[in-house]
Amino acid sequence: MLAPNDALFAGARARGAAPVVEILSADKVFPNGTRALAPIDLTIAAGEFVTLIGPSGCGKSTLLKLIANLIEPTDGRIVWWSGAFDKVGAQGRTIAFVFQDPTLMPWARVEMNVRLPLDLARMPVAQSRRRVTDALSRVGLEGFARHYPRQLSGGMKMRVSIARSLVTEPNLLLMDEPFGALDEFTRNRLDADLVRLWWDRSLTTVFVTHSIYEAVFLSTRVIVMGARPGRIRKVMAIDEPHPREESFRNSPRFAEHCRALSALLAEVSVEQTRS
Amino acid sequence: MRPLVQSESFMTIAAPLALGVIIVVIWEIACRALHIPPFLFPKPSDIAAKLMSDWPALLGALGMTLRVALQAFFAAIVIGTFIAFLFVQSRAIEMSFFPYAVLLQVTPIVAIAPLIIILVKNTQIALTVCATVVALFPIISNTTLGLRSVDPGLVNLFRMNRAGRLQTLWRLRIPSALPYFFGGLRISSGLALIGAVVAEFVAGTGGRSAGLAYEILQAGFQLDIPRMFAALFLITLAGVGLFTIMVGLSKLALGAWHESEVGADA
Repeated sequence: MLAPNDALFAGARARGAAPVVEILSADKVFPNGTRALAPIDLTIAAGEFVTLIGPSGCGKSTLLKLIANLIEPTDGRIVWWSGAFDKVGAQGRTIAFVFQDPTLMPWARVEMNVRLPLDLARMPVAQSRRRVTDALSRVGLEGFARHYPRQLSGGMKMRVSIARSLVTEPNLLLMDEPFGALDEFTRNRLDADLVRLWWDRSLTTVFVTHSIYEAVFLSTRVIVMGARPGRIRKVMAIDEPHPREESFRNSPRFAEHCRALSALLAEVSVEQTRS
Repeated sequence: MRPLVQSESFMTIAAPLALGVIIVVIWEIACRALHIPPFLFPKPSDIAAKLMSDWPALLGALGMTLRVALQAFFAAIVIGTFIAFLFVQSRAIEMSFFPYAVLLQVTPIVAIAPLIIILVKNTQIALTVCATVVALFPIISNTTLGLRSVDPGLVNLFRMNRAGRLQTLWRLRIPSALPYFFGGLRISSGLALIGAVVAEFVAGTGGRSAGLAYEILQAGFQLDIPRMFAALFLITLAGVGLFTIMVGLSKLALGAWHESEVGADA
């Protein structure tokens, strides 16, 4: 086999890169007493594509929300770009979140939905228009700016949601099972588009999924989590060249990674039932 | 081309219209065949004749009633929306005030109308206050519900993008509340008319400010039953008119995006 060009390894790109988010012994106990997360230590470096995977109730989404500062840790802390969350929003320090559902405003046209983060930041429309057009063309929805969300299919709505997250040119993109509700063909296509976007824009991404195939296809690093309480059980690097094409799915290397990851997940779930 | 009977928009107008015509024709024929005198139960042609001959007085009365109803409707929108905004500011405000809003709703207007008419000197204003009390509640409850029915995902999105309180209100809460608000308008417009008529009945005022209810009362005293029916017809017409305007407004505001206004063909 040909030795892959090292420069194409995202792992290498991320190696030695500055941390974007550091999670320092952060845990989460909900007001009703449920311990969602045991203390977690995790650093996400610039340029990484980190996937959180694990059984239901392992706190993947909770961890993502902590990173998004949508919820506060009960103990420990989280550091963004070596500072507090106040530092987010400054030049080169923006976070975007893509939810499980497209979460679009049904009363607003596609362009207005995509423009929302810029509008909220009070950017003049004359300035934001170009960014909106650019974001829409990146997700392949050039002709749909004047449509309403109800006129779009599920996959297209998700693309609008992604365009909205790209419009701020975020340095950290958080995605909570964004394609979970879509059919497999649509999901595969969006995965391929996402990985290209991530590569082209040097995004740093944290992605939550249930799908082993999706995790292997997208990630530079997969974090396997266990439940009760949620915690990190294994970490697996997927050192494969980027940008990954659809053909990667059919390669023996892909199958090998999937087998390894699936074995790790099985191990975690066995430990789970034993404990 | 499809036959007109299969066209949805044609049928929604034509079908009830045809039924109405059939009923009127049967009514006319039955009255004639059974020789029912007009002072017991008038024929449609008697009512139509009355409408033609008495139209200046009846139209004036319709104008009075409509004026009261529209003033009350407008007041209910302003006050109701204001109260709804107050309610969503804090649970404490809502919890302390909501039972009294319900109290206002469940107390029959006929029972409080005499009190309001005694307290408020100007009859016009007294009638408007009565009708406002009746029309207020649907606006309060629907708008409050609407302002609270915001997609939690969108709330998170706005928070993530550091939206201010005012931005969240304008760009998220108000648009989310619109379908509920328009639902409230539809109910409230009809109630404002009912409130106005009921208040007029209680007040029983004659003279220059005589509304349709007064016309009905007077016609009853004089056994001028066709005129009574004519006044009744005008009230019904006004109610249907108000409702149609509200439906049109709702379509105008929500037509492009809301499920309730988007046809099955879209």
